[in-house]
Amino acid sequence: MMLKPNMSLKKNPMPSQDPKVRAHNFDEVACGYTEEMAIDEALRCLHCKHMPCVAGCPVNIHIPEFIQKIKEQDYEGAYQIISQTSSLPAVCGRVCPQETQCEAKCVRGIKGEPVGIGRLERFVADWHNAHAETAPEVPASNGHKVAIIGSGPSGLTCAGDLAKKGYKVTVFEALHLAGGVLVYGIPEFRLPKAIVQKEVDNLKAMGVDVETNMVIGKTLTIDEIFEMGYEAVFIGSGAGLPNFMNIPGESLKGVYSANEYLTRSNLMKAFRDDPVTPIMKGGRVAVVGGGNVAMDAARTALRLGAEKVYIVYRRSMEELPARREEVEHAMEEGIEFNLLTNPTEILGFTNPENPRDPKNGTVTGMTCIRMELGEPDERGRRRPVPIPDSEFTLPVDTVIMAIGTSPNPLIKSTTKGLEVNRRGGIVVEENTGATSREGVYAGGDAVTGAATVISAMGAGKVAAKAIDEYLSK
Amino acid sequence: MYLIVDKKSLNPTVTYMEIEAPFVARKAEPGQFIILRVDADGERIPLTIAGYDREKGTVQIIFQIVGATTEKLNHLQAGDSIQDFVGPLGVATETEGLKKVCVVGGGVGCAIALPVARKLHELGVEVTSIIGFRSKDLLILEDEFAACSDELIVMTDDGSYARQGNVTVPLKEMLEAGRTFDKIITIGPLIMMKFVVLTAKEFQVPCTVSMNPIMIDGTGMCGGCRLTLNQDGKRVTKFACVDGPDFDGYEVDFDEAMSRGAMYRDFERHAYEEACNLFAKEVKA
Repeated sequence: MMLKPNMSLKKNPMPSQDPKVRAHNFDEVACGYTEEMAIDEALRCLHCKHMPCVAGCPVNIHIPEFIQKIKEQDYEGAYQIISQTSSLPAVCGRVCPQETQCEAKCVRGIKGEPVGIGRLERFVADWHNAHAETAPEVPASNGHKVAIIGSGPSGLTCAGDLAKKGYKVTVFEALHLAGGVLVYGIPEFRLPKAIVQKEVDNLKAMGVDVETNMVIGKTLTIDEIFEMGYEAVFIGSGAGLPNFMNIPGESLKGVYSANEYLTRSNLMKAFRDDPVTPIMKGGRVAVVGGGNVAMDAARTALRLGAEKVYIVYRRSMEELPARREEVEHAMEEGIEFNLLTNPTEILGFTNPENPRDPKNGTVTGMTCIRMELGEPDERGRRRPVPIPDSEFTLPVDTVIMAIGTSPNPLIKSTTKGLEVNRRGGIVVEENTGATSREGVYAGGDAVTGAATVISAMGAGKVAAKAIDEYLSK
Repeated sequence: MYLIVDKKSLNPTVTYMEIEAPFVARKAEPGQFIILRVDADGERIPLTIAGYDREKGTVQIIFQIVGATTEKLNHLQAGDSIQDFVGPLGVATETEGLKKVCVVGGGVGCAIALPVARKLHELGVEVTSIIGFRSKDLLILEDEFAACSDELIVMTDDGSYARQGNVTVPLKEMLEAGRTFDKIITIGPLIMMKFVVLTAKEFQVPCTVSMNPIMIDGTGMCGGCRLTLNQDGKRVTKFACVDGPDFDGYEVDFDEAMSRGAMYRDFERHAYEEACNLFAKEVKA
């Protein structure tokens, strides 16, 4: 059967919850393509010979091939193609910044919108999760033991690839739940936790052990892991250390790092009606920053009942680093963008009459200054410069700092001979993930500083391959 | 799951538990802490380690029943298990090079001060301990402190036992009388530590405090436990979970720490009442 290509210039739109409704619930925003939509979108792919999209994907998913299977309505076949190179398709279909990766390279994007590759990937992964009944195969053991530190995207990917090759893999996780940033950082409405759990369960079914409550650098050191008989170690401990602006007032009650705010809501379930972990709800909330984490924090605040939520970002919309779809969703939900604006001080309440007033020290507002874009910096981004005498006060009750994170120093400080760079990132050989310590590999945000789920997965794959070669010698 | 090996009530509001956690016991040092969750939906709470037995693979905790989680924990018995128990976290108390130390503990903080006093004693340090409580019925660990201190002074706020007054009274007397210490190590309520620091400062004795702020992960990830140090005229942010919990008392901004500690007071009080009501209902049924 030969189907006619779909020459529509626009992607099939993603069905999603009404913005007015979803602003008050934590259910997933995007509902996913139906079968008809998926086939219609798949027909937009022209199957170009040089496949530029594949090169745009950090794990080089065979994109035209899986899209072809969708056209043939062989969805399980499509899934098998994706899973040759990606271990977390249901996650990546949801959180990848496709517009700067595969879709940025799509020929259809030259005139019109590119093929909705991310949406198709999600469709295929969800179809598989809903229909497939086969348990993953447990590969024959090759007798080698590998330890993975951290159960985020890079660790899970590395663990999966090694387990498929027959390695006995143990994943050590510091928190009480596996998933890393996928469970503590990305909110339910963008990535349902049941999906992450399913990926973790799949790994366990393949024989991977997941040890929670193990803080490497404290509970165990890397040297002790080797003494326990592991022959190689992969560090995927992420970029957990939150940055603050170092402006006055950051220790007031009501100022959070995005990590704390999101961890309280996502991991500790403060969003539930009867939470055991508290979080400040309601009022007016300012989120400082323009990345995906800032969007997640802003939209979480809205769902927790904030009257008004502001994004405060020092550059303009063009430089905003968040995924385009998240920005659009945030705007539809009524989040106000204060662009070219930078905080200079957070203001707190003081009752001059009563030093014991419990309200003392709570946030009342944030002083900001307007910015303009000046000369480009070394990375080519135009540097924001304050406009003199343009200060103003934004009245807010909660401030969330989402200005980035740095790699956690716990492992570095307890591992002799592990080289790190000026920003605390572990130094690795790009093609292998090998660190300065023999048998120790690293990848993901622990190396690069805060980046994306898919690039962390890519690094996990690279390291898995290198570990396999190292232990096969 | 982590087995509760032993449980004792030290006074009506303070409970001792010994938990089977071999990985934590192997490395625990005085001054470090653990984070636990009582059950699958529980909150994460930090508790400083009160003791450990490396051979048995157990860790001792002593906690005051102050909120919903500690109330729930107190309802478990030896033979029950708790969901999560992670550690040892934070940096151990610095004991290198000390010869004469005054350990000042207040209330349930004495549970944390005890392993420090013990370790110092084992190292051959001359240990003077001052422990203070609101009243006689809240007194804990007197014998244990006596066993590892060269001198022990017990204080109660209301005078219902031993000497009346707060812990700074005998400390000041000793310092005024010319007693010298290499260091004062104090662990207890923030307001008490603040005044111990002021006393220490007056006599220029170095003073270490153990901070116990609100915390979630305990690994430096959330920054909720941040506190401000005044260092050479600069205000420096530190995370108690990874940089502490011990800090130079001269540098800590106690007023800010007290304000931050009260951030969720209404929520906590409400949760505690709910938990108590729930247990009361269960008892009736």
